[in-house]
Amino acid sequence: MSTDEIAVDQSVSVTRHQIPVAYTVAGAIVLTIFFTWAPWLLPASWVTILMNFFILVIMATMWNLLAGYAGMVSIGQQAFIGLGAYATLYFAIKGMDPFVAIPLAVVVCAVIAYPVTFLLFRLRGGYFSVATWVIADSAALIIGSIAFFGGGTGHYLPGLSGIAFKQLNHDIYLAAWFVALIVIVATYILLRSRLGLVLSSVRDNEVAARSSGAKVTSTRRTIFIVAAAGCGAAGAVLAISQPFLQIGNEFNLQWAAEMLFASMIGGLGTIEGPILGCIIYFVLQQTLQNYGAWYLIIFGALAVGVAIWQPRGIWGFIRDKFHFELLPVGYRVQATGVTQAVPGPSIDWRPWRRGGETPPEEGSDSS
Amino acid sequence: MIWLNVIVSGVLLGGFYALFACGLSLMFGVMKIINLAHGDMAVVAGYTAVFLVPKFHLPEVWSFLVVVPIFALLGYVVQRTLLQKSIDRDPFTTLLVTFGLSVVIENLLLEIYTANAQSINIGSLISKSFAVNSTIYVSYLSLTVLIVSIVVLGALQLFLSKTSTGRQIRAVSDDREAAQLCGTNYRHIFGIASALAFATVALAGIAYGMYSSISPTAGGVNLLFAFETVVIGGIGSLWGTLVGGMLLGIAQMFGAHFNEQYQVLAGNILFLVVLAIRPRGLFGKKVVMS
Repeated sequence: MSTDEIAVDQSVSVTRHQIPVAYTVAGAIVLTIFFTWAPWLLPASWVTILMNFFILVIMATMWNLLAGYAGMVSIGQQAFIGLGAYATLYFAIKGMDPFVAIPLAVVVCAVIAYPVTFLLFRLRGGYFSVATWVIADSAALIIGSIAFFGGGTGHYLPGLSGIAFKQLNHDIYLAAWFVALIVIVATYILLRSRLGLVLSSVRDNEVAARSSGAKVTSTRRTIFIVAAAGCGAAGAVLAISQPFLQIGNEFNLQWAAEMLFASMIGGLGTIEGPILGCIIYFVLQQTLQNYGAWYLIIFGALAVGVAIWQPRGIWGFIRDKFHFELLPVGYRVQATGVTQAVPGPSIDWRPWRRGGETPPEEGSDSS
Repeated sequence: MIWLNVIVSGVLLGGFYALFACGLSLMFGVMKIINLAHGDMAVVAGYTAVFLVPKFHLPEVWSFLVVVPIFALLGYVVQRTLLQKSIDRDPFTTLLVTFGLSVVIENLLLEIYTANAQSINIGSLISKSFAVNSTIYVSYLSLTVLIVSIVVLGALQLFLSKTSTGRQIRAVSDDREAAQLCGTNYRHIFGIASALAFATVALAGIAYGMYSSISPTAGGVNLLFAFETVVIGGIGSLWGTLVGGMLLGIAQMFGAHFNEQYQVLAGNILFLVVLAIRPRGLFGKKVVMS
């Protein structure tokens, strides 16, 4: 063995994928084709439900990135949903096609999120959470006091009247679906990158990660900005799908509740979990749609129960029980006797280690 | 003279905010958790006063005699069951659990009692006031709430510093493990702290129901005000909470003086300014915020 090779324990194998990569890619391609084709295959009511489903998937995936991977429990993400929606409205009033305005709304949200982190990162844990809520409340109040956006009464999103209803419905669906696809793929790539490695090290032991030179604060900042941008995209699509914008709707705390419950129930710290949580949410909502807010009560109670008794969520339970992952971001170490060279350091493949030690408490670290 | 009026009404409002916030501050100080359902507990207390108390043939003014003991008991039970379970996991779980509770409570109230606002009927007392001078009027109700708030804070301070249970609460708050080694059952102490917090939030909820009307969704906004009060005043200081409440009240009245819409925003801005220049609050010890 030459000196530049890494010494490997010959009795274990370290792999990332459990099912062959080709199958995962093939499955992803089939799903992509199906959901892109869906408006022509499915009845219109289904298309609308799927559209709302994908909007929630975007939100839940972003919330999972924030809380599940970076440990920031935000209950103020509705700020960026609202800002994304109102940025779209602004560009539409200025004469732009609302669909073209979606990426611009994303940029607006990311730009606003950057200075906000400097205030928020002075606080940790619960104080961080409530402060995000204060930010969301302030954003809603400021937008609500601007007459240009219709103030408290609301404003129609212009620029959509020329399109036939069926065509419009298809277009909005496709916008929601493509944004959701981009968000999921981007999250997956992000978590497999160096940044994802820093996140796992911070989650397991923040002090050790910091002393090893991990740039914890700037990593958190990046994640917060990405999550804000993603929620901004969700807000922009939301504004097009429900083109009468009102402060109370776009900045509704219920968005925060839905994204939190969906990722909680599905399983924090996994990519598949929040999507599963969104499926459960929509099944509940459609089943109980004639019973008022009961779906939300049951969903919330379920989330509380999961948080206490099954904190890894449903997908986490499946993963731990059957050692099965669709979109792995870590590596698996197995005692198989198969020898294999490892290109890099192996990391604990269990992305969510909970119940043991908690991250150490620290003062302001807004550097 | 106008500014004096703003300050007087701000201070009166601040008394109410301090009453609201002291439970939040206490629970954070002792258990290191933020109860995101704090505001909704106040709303539930208000609803209890409106719907349960008349069954006891008691005038609604005296409803706190029934509601406060119920809530103290409820606080102890909720702490020993649900909250303790989540504290045993980690602080992260506590946030999720209390936020979940908050949404569930809000929507249950919406389903059972509709979105209509309720208020606690205290007869003609609501409109009685005395004149300080020709332009400034102080309502007896606001003044009573301010006095109650000061009395409650003073009693809490006295309880924490003079009694044996109070000493244990402070001990557990300072170092849970060391207190446990000295024979303190920290779970019981947590329960007592939580009972106190719930009792004060019940008082605040009743005061709120007397002032104005309560709707199922009022909890969220009130949690924000309570939280802002705690952060402005400084974490871990009860008198700081009183001053924080008053400053928040004055800021809100100042905003409202220009435009009704700016009332809440002015409070939020004060909060963010304090956060930017002095994150530990005006009277906060140099403590770690988790």
